[in-house]
Amino acid sequence: MSDVPTLAVENLETHFFTKAGVAKAVDGVSFSVGRGEIMGLVGESGSGKSVTGFSILGLVDPPGRVVGGKVLFNGEDLIGASEQRMQKLRGNKIAMIFQDPMMTLNPVLRIDTQMIETVLAHEKVSKETARQRSRDTLAQVGIPSPEERMRAYPHQFSGGMRQRVAIAIALLNKPDLIVADEPTTALDVTIQGQILYEAQKLCRETGTALIWITHDLAVVAGLADKISVMYAGRLAEQGTIDDVLDHPVHPYTIGLLGSVPGHNTRGQRLYQIPGMTPSLLSLPDGCAFKERCEFSDAACALRQEITEPVPGRAVRCCHPQIEAAR
Amino acid sequence: MSVFIIRRLMQSVLVVWIMSLLVFVGVNIVGDPVDMLVNPEADQAEIERFIKDLGLDRPLHEQYWYFLLNALKGDLGNSFIFNQPALKLIVQRIPATFELAIVALLMAIIVGIPLGVYAGLKPDGKISKTIMATSILGFSLPTFWVGMMMIMVFAVMLGWSPSYGRGETASLFGIEFSFLTWNGLRHLFLPALNLSLFKMSLVIRLARAGTREVVHQDYIKFARAKGLSQNRIIFVHLMKNIMIPVVTVLGLEFGGLIAFSVVTETVFSWPGMGKLIIDALNNLDRPVVVAYLMIIVVIFVVINLVVDVLYSILDPRVRLQDLKG
Repeated sequence: MSDVPTLAVENLETHFFTKAGVAKAVDGVSFSVGRGEIMGLVGESGSGKSVTGFSILGLVDPPGRVVGGKVLFNGEDLIGASEQRMQKLRGNKIAMIFQDPMMTLNPVLRIDTQMIETVLAHEKVSKETARQRSRDTLAQVGIPSPEERMRAYPHQFSGGMRQRVAIAIALLNKPDLIVADEPTTALDVTIQGQILYEAQKLCRETGTALIWITHDLAVVAGLADKISVMYAGRLAEQGTIDDVLDHPVHPYTIGLLGSVPGHNTRGQRLYQIPGMTPSLLSLPDGCAFKERCEFSDAACALRQEITEPVPGRAVRCCHPQIEAAR
Repeated sequence: MSVFIIRRLMQSVLVVWIMSLLVFVGVNIVGDPVDMLVNPEADQAEIERFIKDLGLDRPLHEQYWYFLLNALKGDLGNSFIFNQPALKLIVQRIPATFELAIVALLMAIIVGIPLGVYAGLKPDGKISKTIMATSILGFSLPTFWVGMMMIMVFAVMLGWSPSYGRGETASLFGIEFSFLTWNGLRHLFLPALNLSLFKMSLVIRLARAGTREVVHQDYIKFARAKGLSQNRIIFVHLMKNIMIPVVTVLGLEFGGLIAFSVVTETVFSWPGMGKLIIDALNNLDRPVVVAYLMIIVVIFVVINLVVDVLYSILDPRVRLQDLKG
């Protein structure tokens, strides 16, 4: 039992069938997260990290569709699961926190309504019990005087407070897995720090697995156990947080880490990866990063397979920079 | 809230007063009721006595001053034709018109919102496209023509329902209503449907537009991520949001329903205010026209107030007391 990870994603493919063509937003992504483990899913805008999150919950809107792969949640494949089954899992066993706290709460419903309904949707308990649990959860995420605040409407909260409410809603039914889609991007740094601390504490205490989607490497560095770097819908590199951040092997990860301002000498131009992200509509067969990569050669035009150049590290590149890492 | 209502009431008094000035002057500078009312064989002395009796010999501002003083006492003048208080004539007709307008409004909501939401949820479906195409007809066909067609088809050809009048009425709170008897209901159905078609189309379009916008909001996706049932999402999360524009527009349009009822009442010989005002205009019965217009102004003012209060209930972001500053 214990060797079954909470979530194992295998070769996930989510494509968007648009008029301009098929956009391969997620193209063969695999990873796994165990109990109490935190995984950072990192990539730039449009790299498919949010779509990966929505695919796990079965919430990809048309014209998008999961076309292949497996999402094994406690061993059960969620791809092709019935809508009723997903409805039972969502908000109960798998919760999600969205990016923009200003938009995730319904503006015309009170906080208590939005919390209590989440409890009642999954459990046959009295409204009073549900209310009590909502209040306790609000207190847990650090909302002062939760009893009073529950009767307020979302617009009466600040952005940080709203995100706490959204996190409280995610925690209500003690899920096994939380998918957090850039939950601190819209918040200021002090609030971000508090929320990261709370999230980490929660996972340690309750054994909840957490996928933290972000483009902020500093956030992941302080929070996650392992990291998956995505580029143009594909996994570029994956490994434990210290390994990847200290010794990146994939040229894209090296470039990404090199772009962090802290790594540069003062007064020097900031490093940037040359070129632009390719369009998802016309991805090359081979490595999507080859146009921007200083190591690229003819071998890069072939389809890249995931390899393990260093133990415990998955890399999709035919020129892993093992020497540079050392 | 109460501060807001008091402030609005004071504004309303101002609006009613300005309207009284406009209406009184406007109505009193067109036409000459004396020509219509006096016996053609009357001599000059009789005509002059008649003019004096009606107070038409005095300058306009003096006439207005007397009108205003009497209006404050609740007297809007006597009808030239019926020689009865104009206000009483109109008030007698109000229940018929209101009954018609309210039933039409209810029909528009009960039919319009489900159709609109459905069309918004499945925008590409065949049924949705049919609904939207039909709503264009509701907008563009003239009320009087549809009314006559309805009479022809349902009353004359099929004989399903009567074509004119209120039918049997029953008394409620001392007021006669048609909807309380089966016969009255049958009389009410066609004119109310006729009056509601335009608003129904409006509600369908509003509900569809609202639904299309709201379903793509993050909070709907979040509601799905919470594992709520489809019904809960549509009937609570979505409905409450789309009701905001629907209530605002319908509230304001309720006045329009009463005004439009002039046409429907004429086509279906419905004995309401609209029929009275048409007759009064034909006969240049100034006090009745003025009294009618004043009542319409008051109705609009009250409706606007009610809409604002309702709006604040539906949308918590609108805090009425915040409007102070």
